[in-house]
Amino acid sequence: MIYKRRYASPFIIWIIAGTVIPLASIAYYGFTDRTGSFTFANILAMFQPDHFQALGLSLLLSIISTLICLVLAFPMAMILKDSKFGKQGFMIFVIILPMWMNFLLRTMAWQVLLERQGVINSIITSIGLPRQELMNTPGAIVLGMVYDFLPFMILPIYNTVSKIDKHIIEAAYDLGATKRQTFTDVIIPMTVPGIVSGITMVFIPALTTFVISNMLGGGKVNLIGNIIEQEFTVNSNWYLGSGLSLVMMVFIIISMLLLQKFDKTGGENLI
Amino acid sequence: MGELIRLESIVKSYDGNIVLDGINLSVSENEFVTLLGPSGCGKTTTLRLIGGFEKPDEGRIFFDGKEINNVPANQRPVNTVFQNYALFPHMNVGENIAFGLRIKNKTDQYIKDKIEYVLKLVNLKGFETRSIHQLSGGQQQRIAMARAIVNEPRVLLLDEPLGALDLKLRQEMEYELVRLKKELGITFIYVTHDQEEALTMSDKVVVMNEGRIQQEGTPEQIYNEPENAFVADFIGDSNILPGKMIRDYLVMINGIEFPCIDGSEQGFKPRQKVDVVIRPEDIEIKPYGKGLFNGTIISKLFIGMHYEMLVESEDGKIEWLLQNYDQHEVGEKIGMYVKPENIQIMHKPRSEDEEALELDI
Repeated sequence: MIYKRRYASPFIIWIIAGTVIPLASIAYYGFTDRTGSFTFANILAMFQPDHFQALGLSLLLSIISTLICLVLAFPMAMILKDSKFGKQGFMIFVIILPMWMNFLLRTMAWQVLLERQGVINSIITSIGLPRQELMNTPGAIVLGMVYDFLPFMILPIYNTVSKIDKHIIEAAYDLGATKRQTFTDVIIPMTVPGIVSGITMVFIPALTTFVISNMLGGGKVNLIGNIIEQEFTVNSNWYLGSGLSLVMMVFIIISMLLLQKFDKTGGENLI
Repeated sequence: MGELIRLESIVKSYDGNIVLDGINLSVSENEFVTLLGPSGCGKTTTLRLIGGFEKPDEGRIFFDGKEINNVPANQRPVNTVFQNYALFPHMNVGENIAFGLRIKNKTDQYIKDKIEYVLKLVNLKGFETRSIHQLSGGQQQRIAMARAIVNEPRVLLLDEPLGALDLKLRQEMEYELVRLKKELGITFIYVTHDQEEALTMSDKVVVMNEGRIQQEGTPEQIYNEPENAFVADFIGDSNILPGKMIRDYLVMINGIEFPCIDGSEQGFKPRQKVDVVIRPEDIEIKPYGKGLFNGTIISKLFIGMHYEMLVESEDGKIEWLLQNYDQHEVGEKIGMYVKPENIQIMHKPRSEDEEALELDI
């Protein structure tokens, strides 16, 4: 057993350098002020109106994006599951394809589409409708989030859905269930682990993103990610940035725990 | 016993491969019917057609006199026990059993009583709150049975339900199934490739191969009077030999004449070529020269209850398979005798040319 531990040592070094040390320093900055003395001010700063508002907006937009992703991903996963084997591979390829392109480039592409003089507006005006303000709106940010994170919702759901034995679905029909009842009473509860990991993989990056809101919100829509980023970059206030990051981390840990709990008991409670 | 299910010239194919090629089958009320055949013979497809999971390309399915071709699975008064049990993993034992009853909006009290009743029936009293993952294969099997029969189906469809169990458990379950069938008083349609299961439990055995029914009858009929070489070969061990009718009640095998009980009444004409089936346990050993024919034992195997021997005929052209309780040594020359009633004569499978010829006439 000893040599197994030896193989783990690079990973342990990685963990210490990449996780433990940064976390410890964020914790240090988060609980100190510029003079180096202990304070809760950076943590409590989250409750300042503009910070709190940004957090609220972040939560709202990321919840909306996660729900949209869920609604889009479930039928997609079901279609994938039911399609023939060769076609399945191709469709998964198509879903994954955008992920091979750089995240920034993909988001930038939406800028070109949504701009005042952009592609969508020129189509709208060409059919005689008034020019729309699409960029720099919360809607644009939600669109960007859904576009960027949708594959992360589809894949885990598809993964669990495709593992459901077709005989189990037949058994539900056999016992008198309609298609709808089979879907709500058997397929969805059995897909809970996939839904939970899909939600985790969409909700958390959406909650903390600042790139999407920077590029599609144009600085006019401030999310909590933008505020933290600005504290680190523009204001050089590492103390406040770290404090706010710590609050976000607690937020994320709590939501993860809630989701995990749902995963374990969810199957039974849903029935 | 009235007719409950009738299949009329059912044809079914997948991607151009014909899986069922003109199946006609009638199942009576309260009958234990087994569809028996090698894998790919169409037995499971037949069961799935009755269950409503597949639709026939041609032909009609009747239930209680009414055509049910277009009745979906969830509206048929049949329930299925799946090969891999297909229990709902996110529900415990009680919830699994209750599934069908909840769909039908039964009261909680009714559901509770019913669960208790079926669990007692399958000998798993007090398992209501167990998780599916805590159950052994045999127990899962029983829960799958309980989940199906709790809905009081008129027909229970069983798709190789004992396939995944070990030998000992399988034999136990065979008795259990027969007992359950008696207690419930419903029709069982059972699919298996295991001839022993089929012979042990069934009222009627339907032997299938390549999408066609080869023979149907009681287990005794199937075993003792196989209609063709496939059935004889598939059911139990047997010697299947080419023969020729000499006249009524006399058949020649490998130059030796055997008295038999078949003749023109059964449609065998003199000089007609036939297949002859002789079960290994029906060949009696006599002292050398005292039987109908002679041979030399070339191998011997002890298989529990009896010895199994290969005996080469004196001209070396034929090997006979024998089963006998007495021990004989390899190399021993013996005489052999077969009672006329133990010689089963079958028509040769006709080639298409011959069929065409007969049609012309």
